[in-house]
Formats: sequence, structure tokens, C-alpha cells
Amino acid sequence: MADIRVQSADFDVAAEVAALQAGGDAGAREPGPHDIGAIVTFIGVCRNDGGRLAALELEHYPGMAEEEIARVAAEAERRWPLKGLCVIHRYGLIRPGENIVLVVTASDHRQAAFEAASFLMDYLKTRAPFWKKEHLADGTSGGWVAPRQEDHEATTRWE
Amino acid sequence: MKIVYFAWVRERIGKTEETVTPPDEVRTVAELAGWLRGRGEEYAHAFAEPDIVRAAIDRRHVRPDAPIAGAGEIAFFPPMTGG
Repeated sequence: MADIRVQSADFDVAAEVAALQAGGDAGAREPGPHDIGAIVTFIGVCRNDGGRLAALELEHYPGMAEEEIARVAAEAERRWPLKGLCVIHRYGLIRPGENIVLVVTASDHRQAAFEAASFLMDYLKTRAPFWKKEHLADGTSGGWVAPRQEDHEATTRWE
Repeated sequence: MKIVYFAWVRERIGKTEETVTPPDEVRTVAELAGWLRGRGEEYAHAFAEPDIVRAAIDRRHVRPDAPIAGAGEIAFFPPMTGG
């Protein structure tokens, strides 16, 4: 089962990878089944866009955000033989250099882990109900971020 | 019927949620958006480009022709920009 969390707090990448490797909750002390051969992590980070951006404000649809990520995760688990899957998506005010999203996939071999992580991010971008508003370095609002055509095309390649 | 709004749709309408009672002939998501558009300037602004605004019924994405009968919560929002 995928571990899915939508939260305002930051996440600890090393702890999440260790938890997945141990096959249990974060902080588990018991050794895992040792049957995972590949772990891929993707971290989406807020960038300052050449000094223009002071922060991103992420709004989400509580309830649907978790459910939609779970639907995408279930599809990834149908398509690839995964042995672990974790998705954490943050909301609220996020400043340049801070984490936005974490995807961790585990499988026997690297290809499934790489592909599943890529699939998850492509679908999260276009299906998970999150919206980014820009706060600019000059103190003004940059407005809502518009979706990118490349993101839409990245999703359609999996169909 | 409970309706919730997000991001710039919420800002333009000036509400996060409301309960409305559309007439019986309003049967689909697109018809509901059209009916809301007639409720005032702020709604007309939010639904100015109806093809852009997305919808969900009971926290699942739906197409504009989806029937609204039996819906507990209908959401309207712009295209998503998470990740």
C-alpha cells in the first residue's frame, strides 16, 4: 500500500527512504525483508526563478488531494511491480530552496522504480488538486501559476 | 447543493463555499456553471472562460457533461499546478 501524506510541514527524505527500506513506518527499528533492489526518490523544490520569487503559496482541496494522489498511486502499482511507494505533498507558504513534493518508489530493479516515479510526478502535476500562487521578491503578488503545456504532454505519453 | 471553489475561481467569486438550489432544468456540471454565471459579475468573471474551469463531484474529477443529480459536493477550480 502506498504511503500518502498531504501536509504543511517539511519532510525528511532520509527518514522516508529508511522507512520504505525497512518496510514499515518511519522510525521502525526492525530490519526489513531486504527484498528491494532499487529505490528512486524525486524531490520537487521551490526555485527563486532568477531572484524574482519570494515564495509560493500552495492551495489544495483537502480530502480530494489525498484521494486523487491515492488513485494515481494505485494506477502506478498496477503498472509496475512496486515494493514500496511514498508520496508527500506540501501545502501553504513555501520559500525558494524548500521542498514541495517527495516521491519515493521501490522495486526489485531500477527501471520500474524510475518509470513509476516519473509517471507519478507527471500525473500529480495535472490531476492532483493543488494550485500555486506566486509571491514576488518586490512584495507584490505574481498571481496564480498557469499550467504548462509540457506538463499536459508529459501526462499524455503514458496513455 | 454544496459548492466549493478554489484558487482564482474562489478569489473571483469571493467565497470558499456556498449552498445553492439551482432549478430542475440544471442537470449537468456545464449547465450548473452556466447558471452560476448568471448570478452576478463576480460569477461571470470566474466563469468567463468556461472551458478552462475544471470540476469535481464528491472529490473526483468530472467532465462538463457529468450529471449533478445526487452530488454531495461540487467543486470548481482552475487547471491544477501542483507537483
